Amino acid sequence: MSKKTVIIDYQLGNLFSVNQALKKNGLETIISSDPKDIKNADALVLPGVGAFSDAMNNLKGLGLIDLLKHSIDKGTPFLGVCLGLQMLFDKSEEFGDCEGLGIIKGVVKKFPTVNNVNKRVKVPQIAWNSIHPSGGRSWKGTPLDGVKEGEDFYFVHSFYVEPQDVNTILTKTTYGDTSYASSIFISNIFACQFHPEKSSVEGLKVYKKWAEINNLL
Amino acid sequence: LYERNSLSDIISKTAKEIFIPLTVGGGIRNIRDIKNVLRAGADKVAINTAAIKNPKFIKDASLTFGSSTIVVAIEAIKQSDGQYLAYTDNGREETGFEVVSWARRVEELGAGEIVITSVDKEGTGEGFDLKLVKMVAEAVCIPVIAHGGCSGPKDAAMIINEGWADAVAVSSVLHYKLISQINKVDENFEVEGNTSFMKSGMIYSKIKPCTIQEIKSEIKNTGIAVRF
Repeated sequence: MSKKTVIIDYQLGNLFSVNQALKKNGLETIISSDPKDIKNADALVLPGVGAFSDAMNNLKGLGLIDLLKHSIDKGTPFLGVCLGLQMLFDKSEEFGDCEGLGIIKGVVKKFPTVNNVNKRVKVPQIAWNSIHPSGGRSWKGTPLDGVKEGEDFYFVHSFYVEPQDVNTILTKTTYGDTSYASSIFISNIFACQFHPEKSSVEGLKVYKKWAEINNLL
Repeated sequence: LYERNSLSDIISKTAKEIFIPLTVGGGIRNIRDIKNVLRAGADKVAINTAAIKNPKFIKDASLTFGSSTIVVAIEAIKQSDGQYLAYTDNGREETGFEVVSWARRVEELGAGEIVITSVDKEGTGEGFDLKLVKMVAEAVCIPVIAHGGCSGPKDAAMIINEGWADAVAVSSVLHYKLISQINKVDENFEVEGNTSFMKSGMIYSKIKPCTIQEIKSEIKNTGIAVRF
């Protein structure tokens, strides 16, 4: 029987494009907020787009928070995109402090709107930007295996994550003067600030690799 | 336009095959409309008329979907006294909103991007309205997309370098090239409107048809980072 990847529907994110990108790579997907589906999922995807506090409230309202934490804890392959990365953290500064899932130690911060020499930086970052290995960490065996260092991916965000443990960081990206974690990789968790589903051919490759290393095809 | 929606089918078809960001504008009036177009596959929505009618809508929308999902489109027409005013319904209805103060206001309300369209220049190939774009780009701290008037790669590079635009939106310069390449107009589009102009192969004389690659190369040549 083919493996089932569940895209978690918290009534906000842009599920459609993530779903299309996964299906294009041959994954069998369902979009669901049903706890039963999430419990039985072979892999979980938490997509992006939306406001942090609304997203957390919706997850709470749907009764998915503990379930999600439990699934990730027991090793279900997890892919988070944009807000799906940010929500893994302890808390976010978006519209007042808001508590996250607390799976990864650290905080979500807003980009400063001026750089070191007091020049204006546009926020949100809405642009293609490059990703680089963090502290020389190899991408081998990660969903970025096969992606060129410095490749451009599509970013749309005003907030970035700051993990306490730098070893969780897989890639770094610089915007204005802020060098930040643009993706993290810890055993069964891969989460990225950029949108692979919006990053054309290279982005589709990332999803394919993620599916391959988790035997989802 | 005039509060009609007709896009969801086109959005779904497009989003199925296209894996780059897709912004949808036209007839977005409430939170439910936004939800629907995002569900159909859009990544962002562009709002003009509904935002002017009820500026608080921008705030509600950005709180719900995140600022980066909400693009406010401003359609500017230059007045005889040199002032720029915002219009709604594709440049048909005047509002009395002065463009720069409106741009500042939409930023405060939580918009993530502004598309500034010069209705006077749009589709003419006379070049962007440098003064208009620069005025808006200087006034706000969110990305500003210049739209209307691009005649070719040089205009695109100029409006980024001199007009401080963060991005450019072009259509005619690309479409005329594409129409000449595919050399036919799909009969299915007859229901969408009159296609005789497209079939005629006529081009506004100031537009020099080009490709996206040509525009990117020109921008890159001026020292701006561009993805290839």
